[in-house]
Amino acid sequence: MSKTPQKNSQENRSLPKAPTGIQGLDEITGGGFPRGRPTLVCGSAGAGKTLLAMEFLVRGATEYNEPGVFMAFEETAAELTQNVRSLGFDLDELAKEKKLIIDYVRIERSEIDETGDYDLEGLFIRLAAAIDAVGAQRVVLDTIENLFAGLQNEGILRAELRRLFRWLKDQGVSAVITAERGEGALTRHGLEEYVSDCVILLDHRVTDQVSTRRLRIVKYRGTAHGTNEYPFLIDEDGFSVLPVTSLGLQHEVSNERISSGVPRLDTMLGGEGYFRGTTILVSGTAGTGKTSLAAHFVDAACRRGERCLYFSFEESQGQLIRNMRSIGLNLEQWSKKNLLQFHSSRATFYGLEMHLAIIHKTVQEFDPRVVIIDPIGSLIQAGNRRDAHTMLIRLIDFLKQRQVTAFLTNLTSGGEALEKTDVEISSIVDTWLFMRDIELDGERNRALYVLKSRGMAHSNQLREFLLTERGFDLLNVYVGPEGVLTGSSRLSQEAREQAAAVERQQEAQRKERERTRKREALEARIAALRKEFEVEEEEAATSASQDVSREKVIAENREAMSRSRQADMVKGSALPKGRRSS
Amino acid sequence: MKKAGDQVQPLSLQEIAEKNEPTDEQVWELRLYVAGQTPRSLAAFANLKKICEEHLAGRYNIEVVDLVKHPQLAAGDQILAIPTLVRKLPQPLRKIVGDLRDTERALVGLQLRPATPEK
Repeated sequence: MSKTPQKNSQENRSLPKAPTGIQGLDEITGGGFPRGRPTLVCGSAGAGKTLLAMEFLVRGATEYNEPGVFMAFEETAAELTQNVRSLGFDLDELAKEKKLIIDYVRIERSEIDETGDYDLEGLFIRLAAAIDAVGAQRVVLDTIENLFAGLQNEGILRAELRRLFRWLKDQGVSAVITAERGEGALTRHGLEEYVSDCVILLDHRVTDQVSTRRLRIVKYRGTAHGTNEYPFLIDEDGFSVLPVTSLGLQHEVSNERISSGVPRLDTMLGGEGYFRGTTILVSGTAGTGKTSLAAHFVDAACRRGERCLYFSFEESQGQLIRNMRSIGLNLEQWSKKNLLQFHSSRATFYGLEMHLAIIHKTVQEFDPRVVIIDPIGSLIQAGNRRDAHTMLIRLIDFLKQRQVTAFLTNLTSGGEALEKTDVEISSIVDTWLFMRDIELDGERNRALYVLKSRGMAHSNQLREFLLTERGFDLLNVYVGPEGVLTGSSRLSQEAREQAAAVERQQEAQRKERERTRKREALEARIAALRKEFEVEEEEAATSASQDVSREKVIAENREAMSRSRQADMVKGSALPKGRRSS
Repeated sequence: MKKAGDQVQPLSLQEIAEKNEPTDEQVWELRLYVAGQTPRSLAAFANLKKICEEHLAGRYNIEVVDLVKHPQLAAGDQILAIPTLVRKLPQPLRKIVGDLRDTERALVGLQLRPATPEK
C-alpha cells in the first residue's frame, strides 16, 4: 500500500511508467501506467472510470509535476470540478497554476448534419492546443465513445480514433481513455482494438445486496502485473486499490510479551501474556465475555501508552464504553487521550473488501500497536465464506507485517462443534482462547481455556471466570465426579469440602484426646504396678533380714546349747540341711 | 449555446414556426471551420459558395476559420470534425459536418429546404 519509489525506479528500467499516485495501483501495475502510451480503462456505469482517470491527472500534476489535459465528453468542466472537490481536488486552483486543463467537448447530434467526408482534425487541434498550453504529459479522454453517439459515420470515426491513439503515442503523452463496458466485450465500441498496451477493467458487482468494486488488469504489455481482481474503494481520499493478496510469511517476529490485561490469564499463557505482533483469537458462544476480554486487552495496551484500534461490528462506541464501565474498565479516558479509536459499523453495511480496505486505511493512518476486530464472524455475513477466509488471511498478514497485535473475537454457534471456527482460521492464529458456557444445576457459568498458544508453555487448565465490577476474575475450576463444577455447584462443593475438612479435623482431635487419655491411664497403671512391686521388694528384703537374724539367733541358741552340752564344735555342719529354712 | 425557447412567454407552435422560419430579408451568417488548405477544405468551401449563390444570393456572409492558425477557436463552437459549417444566423444554430458534396443534404441541414421525403 505504501509508495515504493525504489521499486518504481527498478521497474522503470524495463518499461517506462507514469506513476498514478493511486494507493495500491502502482504496486499491482509495477509502477504505474505505461509512459507515453494510452491506457484503456473500461467499466460499467458508476464503476469509477472518470475518477480513476481524474486522479491519475491530479496526482500527476501535484505529485509528479506532470501537467495534464482532461478532455471531457460527458461532463462539463464545472460539473467535474464540483464532483471531485469532495475528494480534495481543487481543479480550479490547478487550472490557475497551469497544471491542468479541462476541455469539455459537447456533441449534440440533433444540431449536426453530415454531408460528405470529414475527419476529426478539430479534435486533434483542440487536444494539441490544450497539451501545448500546459505542456501536458498526461491526457485523459473521458469518454471518447460518446463520439459514436454524436457522429453517424462509424467508418470515419473508427479510422480517426485509430489515428488519434497513434497520434497520442507520437505526442509521447501518457493517456487514459475511458470506455463503457460492452455486452460480451470490454468496451461497447471495441476500443480495446486500438488501445492495446494496457487495459484496466473496473467492475462494480452486487452480491447479496452488497456492492463491491473490483479492478483487474486485463493486459499490460511488457510488464509482469498482478492478474487478480483487486478490490478498490472510493472514499474521501480518492481511489485506493488493495493489492493485498497474501503478503507471505516473511514478517519479523518479536520476542516481546505483552499482558492480556488479566493477570491470571497471563499466568496461563506461560506467565507473561501474548507475544507482540501475534494474532489472538477468542472464540466462544454468545455472552461468554469475549468483548470484555478484548476490552481488558485494550485497557492494558493503553496503559502501556500504545495506540489501539477497535473495530466493532456489533456495538457502538458509546455502548461499548458504557458496558465496559460496568466491569470496571474506563475506556473513555483512552479515547480522550487519542490512544484508542473506535470504528463501529454494521458488517452488512459494506462488502467484505470495503471492510478490509477501511481496516487497512485506518490502520495505516492511526498506526496502532493493537487492533481488535469484534467479531470477525460479522464480516463473514458481509461476504461468502471463502472470501472471508482470504480476507482474514490478508488482514492478518498485513497486521503481522506491521507488528500489530491482532485480537479477534469469534462467535461460535451452539450447534457446531465447539472448536470449529467459522472460517477455519485457526491455522493462522497464534493464540486461541476458548470461552464456553458450562451449564449445570440450572445455571450457566463461564469458563476459559487456552486451546493453543504458539511458542509458549501454556496452561492446560479450564478456568472458570467471573465478570465482576472489578473486571475479569479467573478462578479454579472444580472437577468433581459429575464433571466440571462451576458457579453455585462450585460454591456448594467448596462448602461441602470445607465442612468435611472441619469434620476430619475434629475427628483427629478426638482421636488425639482418646490417645492421650489411654496413655494417661496406662501410665497410671504402670505406676500402680511399680508401687506394688516396690512394696513387695521391701517386704522381701525385710523378711530376708529377719531370716538372717532368726538363723543367727538359732545358731547362737544352738551354740549356746551345745556349749552347755559340751558337744563337738563343728562350725556350720552341726545343722541338718532340711531344717535350714524352717 | 443559445436555446430556442428562452422566452418567458410560451409561444404557440405556429408562432415558433414563424419565428424560426428563415425569412427572405435575413442575412445569413455562416462560418466554415477548416484545418489548413486541404483538398477537403477547399471542396467544402467551393460547395458552400455554390449553394449560397444559388439559394441565398446577396444575403450571406461566409467566415472561414482556419483552426491550424487559430486553434483556440475550436472550443467556442465545439468543433471536432473538419470541415464543419456552422450556421450562426438565422437561429437556431446548425452544424453540418463534411465537405458538403451532397447538396440536397446540405440544404436540408441548413434548413433551406424542408426535410421532405424524397423516396
